Amino acid sequence: MISREDVEHVATLARLGLTDDEIDRMQGQLNRILEAIGQLQSVDTSAVGPTAQVIALENVMRDDVPRPGLSREAALANAPLREGAHLRVPVVLEEGR
Amino acid sequence: MATQAPPLVDRTIGEVGELLRSRQLSSRELTEGCLARIDRDAERLNTFLAVGRERALAAADGADRELADGGGAGRPLLGIPYALKDIFVTRALGDDGNPDGGLPTTAGSRILEGYRSPYASAAEERLAAAGAVLLGKTNCDEFAMGSSNENSAFGPVHNPWDESTVPGGSSGGSSAAVAGGQAFFALGTDTGGSIRQPASLSGVIGLKPTYGRVSRYGMVAFASSLDQCGPFTRSVADCANVLQALAGHDPRDSTSVEVPVPDYAAALDGEVRGMRLGVPREYFVAGMEAGVERVVRDAFAVLERLGAEIVEVSLPSTDAGLATYYIIAPAEASANLARYDGVKYGLSAGEDDLLENYLRTRGAGFGPEVKRRIMLGTYALSAGYYDAYYVKAQQVRTLIKAEFDRVLSEVDALLAPTSPSVAFKIGAKTDDPLLMYLNDACTLPVNIAGLPGISVPAGLADGLPVGLQVIGRAFDEATVLRVANAYERTAGFAALRPPTAHD
Repeated sequence: MISREDVEHVATLARLGLTDDEIDRMQGQLNRILEAIGQLQSVDTSAVGPTAQVIALENVMRDDVPRPGLSREAALANAPLREGAHLRVPVVLEEGR
Repeated sequence: MATQAPPLVDRTIGEVGELLRSRQLSSRELTEGCLARIDRDAERLNTFLAVGRERALAAADGADRELADGGGAGRPLLGIPYALKDIFVTRALGDDGNPDGGLPTTAGSRILEGYRSPYASAAEERLAAAGAVLLGKTNCDEFAMGSSNENSAFGPVHNPWDESTVPGGSSGGSSAAVAGGQAFFALGTDTGGSIRQPASLSGVIGLKPTYGRVSRYGMVAFASSLDQCGPFTRSVADCANVLQALAGHDPRDSTSVEVPVPDYAAALDGEVRGMRLGVPREYFVAGMEAGVERVVRDAFAVLERLGAEIVEVSLPSTDAGLATYYIIAPAEASANLARYDGVKYGLSAGEDDLLENYLRTRGAGFGPEVKRRIMLGTYALSAGYYDAYYVKAQQVRTLIKAEFDRVLSEVDALLAPTSPSVAFKIGAKTDDPLLMYLNDACTLPVNIAGLPGISVPAGLADGLPVGLQVIGRAFDEATVLRVANAYERTAGFAALRPPTAHD
């Protein structure tokens, strides 16, 4: 069973701001879903390797050749905040913090 | 059902394509017809999130000029109006960063409201090259997470067969648009059944190609090891033609595979005589409606009369599919959706503190189902639970894949129901996520194994459509289409149209 504190912890990891009501509802729903998916523990996988994807491709490489990309204006056009040629981000490191 | 020929907008691509190439009809007339149907049913069905009227008419005029020059030969989609699920980005910005008249992209989410993509998806590009006319973007469950289209931030889609019911999901706007005569074909995406299940509930054809067959470039990512895109159409031959335009390697999607693309239309010879078709006994899941089982078993009998050998087979891990899916898909989603951070594009809460800005932006921008899946995925990937959930699910995926491989070495394709139920009432399952998840019990194992699957209309139960699912070997869409086409020719159900088509 996951607790209310577990829900709050996972929500912070996921960077999801949840209201008190959402946390309550999420706790009940997640417990029910986790109980249902817990049935996997009864499947014997002792001799089975994991499959991350089903097609037998790995490390698809291309030549490292420059090619045209998005224009700076097109790349920045959707930014909520920009400053000149940059995305503007709230301060991450402040003195004394 | 009306006995007269259906209105133009309710016919197949094959039918109207002939009229276009013989110049008895123009792409502009077809496009205007679709736009009129879209307008007429805009409130009733809520299928479209954006309609590009002027651009569509301009594209239709361009197609008409090509048709007049005899450009229609070998281009079955030239001048054909279609719709894209609003999961595909459509270029809407010029190089100068200003809107260029292209369509916005929302993924059914408030967090992308107002977003204009600076680039086009592979699907948009390939269909433009094929000469198809883009009408608009269709409603869908937010980030393609859902089985009823009720998780869209922009309201539910109504099923043209009965407006009080859902069209299925997550590609419900696309399936309803094709069923309702608003587009001759539409694209959807399918992570656990999101093309096949709405095709079944809306009474149209829906194909999920093999993982790696079609480029996912420009498809808003949900679960990257499961996502694939494919067409909704009103005939299997139409489906083959749309797949032909989409299939093939794209260097911009490194999971698209360099394997030869066959001539899909040529595969539709109507023959299933001598084929071995397996029916996995585990697909008649608990809770399956009796009417659905009856229609689907009747469909098996049709194929048997056509000379196919129907054999019962077993996929013992089917039961574990749901749990496996609801670990893998949310885990991948939680990583993919981390990009919606209120910094680069999309909604931003405008907080001065970075962590607070993340929390408030994502808390306000995502709907309940998306939040639930991000939470589930983050939990399954978090310290102490990673092996018990995520690695375990990846191991069970190995088992599920191996069972399909074994069975498909003994039969040419598999037959199954697409969905355990017909279209259900809007609101009937919204309070119980687990009940909703069961809608995909017959489709999601196919995504876990990466195989191609189609849903083809097989008749009605309680007056609502039921789909037959045909599942094939990896990259063998040709056999899947051939079986579906042979069935369709004999059963004639692809010609079914919802009551609204004849208003």
